Amino acid sequence: MADEELRDALPGLSPGGAVVGLPPATADGAVGAAGAVDVSARRIHREQLRLLLRSAPFIVGMVLFLWWLVCAIFGQFFVPYNPVNGNLIQFNLAPSGAHWFGTDSLGRDVLSRVIVGSREILIVAVLATVLATAAGTALGLVMGYFRGLIDNVVGRIVDAVLSLPVVILAFLFVVPVGPSARTLILIIGLVFALLIARTVRTAVLQERDQDYIAAARLRDESGAHIMFVEILPNVAGPILVEFTVRLGYAIFAIATLSFLGFGITPPTPDWGADIANSAQYLAAGYWWETLFPALAIASLVVAINLIGDSIEAVLIR
Amino acid sequence: MTGYLLKRLGLTVLTLILLSLIIFLAGQVLPGNPGREILGPFAQNSAVQALNHSLGVDRPLVVQYWSWVSGAVHGNLGTSSQFRAPVSSFLFPALGRSLKLALLAFLLVVPLSIVGGVVAALNRGRPVDRAISVTGLSLATLPEFVTGVVLIVVFAIELKWLPVTASAPPGSSVPTQIRYLLLPAIVLVLVLFGYIMRMARAGTIEALDSDYVRTATLKGLPRSVVIRRHVLRNALLPTITVIATQTGYLIGGLVVVETLFNYPGLGRLILTAANNKDFAMLEAGVLTIGVVYLVATLVADILYTQLNPRIRLQAAD
Repeated sequence: MADEELRDALPGLSPGGAVVGLPPATADGAVGAAGAVDVSARRIHREQLRLLLRSAPFIVGMVLFLWWLVCAIFGQFFVPYNPVNGNLIQFNLAPSGAHWFGTDSLGRDVLSRVIVGSREILIVAVLATVLATAAGTALGLVMGYFRGLIDNVVGRIVDAVLSLPVVILAFLFVVPVGPSARTLILIIGLVFALLIARTVRTAVLQERDQDYIAAARLRDESGAHIMFVEILPNVAGPILVEFTVRLGYAIFAIATLSFLGFGITPPTPDWGADIANSAQYLAAGYWWETLFPALAIASLVVAINLIGDSIEAVLIR
Repeated sequence: MTGYLLKRLGLTVLTLILLSLIIFLAGQVLPGNPGREILGPFAQNSAVQALNHSLGVDRPLVVQYWSWVSGAVHGNLGTSSQFRAPVSSFLFPALGRSLKLALLAFLLVVPLSIVGGVVAALNRGRPVDRAISVTGLSLATLPEFVTGVVLIVVFAIELKWLPVTASAPPGSSVPTQIRYLLLPAIVLVLVLFGYIMRMARAGTIEALDSDYVRTATLKGLPRSVVIRRHVLRNALLPTITVIATQTGYLIGGLVVVETLFNYPGLGRLILTAANNKDFAMLEAGVLTIGVVYLVATLVADILYTQLNPRIRLQAAD
């Protein structure tokens, strides 16, 4: 009983009860408490959260990410200038006190566009990743739990899909349908769902031979109940990591598609589209119109990767 | 051995068939009514039907798929609707130019990332290791156009060391051509460096921790000999697989790099086809990327089995 509770409580705990990767303090606590039944899931989660909040990469990533989140939600209220309608006389101005990041070829303030440009990409990326994680988790659970035909068929399709880079694949489907936020969410969500399903499947395969699954079968629980109530909480760690990793790739893919003209389209302020428009003026020396949106994408992608890596380091390994 | 290779080859062919189906679905089924797309909303129904008939899109899907695939196998990739000429007369020259750029990037990235990974592994945990790992992984997560834009600003515009475009004037000598291709190649190198370096680092660390390296050290071999003869030969084997996988992505990443640097390769050909709704060209281009990836992975697999005596001898039994 105590053992089973401990297993449920610790997603990062490997089968034989060996505590891997958790720092000595937690390990001692958990092992010492295995006799007395006072190890609650909440306590473990609190400990993991404390470790996370003490890691510098996580803090840096979180601060950057929250900054862009604030810009996405409230940016329109604190931008210094109108990001969509510029002052046509003041075009291609170099960075100065009045325009910190300069102005673009249509006289629009680059700083204002960079701030508001975080909105659409974050909405699309987050929705696509949520869709991918939900669909991918369900598919992965079914593949890993039932194995057999569905596992083989989906596995082959994933192989075929993986032989194309995500951007090219999304490109192929966006072109006939036409770019829109809904198309982007659907396509990136579906492609990433296949990739997430593969990871979840591997995690499920490690769980399905555990005793608690055999016990659930003996209790005559339904397949759906075993998958979503028994197995799902135990594979939550890898799914959370996969979510952050995919969010990073979704931003990468959406920015690239926007740059190519098949993602978020003008006049909506967007970093990728802005870079595509201003890159033609690079040779003329107007570097600020391109560099600042590029740095914005870089900081957002790096922030999400820092968060993902820190979560992975605390949960898994 | 032969059995394994045959099985591997069969899987590749199966993946290729699935891939062609996916591409066919996206390019031929999703657009709906190609005649209407091309002629616009005001054309007469009879004209739309006549065009659909001459394009062959009014036939059953199975027939259409079969004629597309059998044509592709015979080197007939269809007719480009934007150039009104065979797709192959544009595709192959463009592929040749892309391979030239990819080859230069490949020649730069492979030695660089292997040296980087090995140096990082030999200094595991020290600042050198951390610097190489963090830089490599951060660069790998950034979209190509972000790193590309920053490189153009610094090296082409501020320092004026290299040209802004990738196309050398016609009839230039090989060194001049390389000078023009260097900046786009470096962009690809920066993206790929992280992945290959990480694999080389992991392989080297695993070899360093092995019993045979301990034995070699204990029997008094100089460290340089241990590293050259015992560590590197084992460490670099898994790196081959990653290099092959990344070759496929190298070809995919070309869409962005070629657009940014105005280079008439396969990537830009695909982008132009997409902008002009030239589906025959788009499908052929994407299929080519998939084939390059699958062939590269297959070659890597065969190389791996040939170079690894454990698999080679085990299979010979």
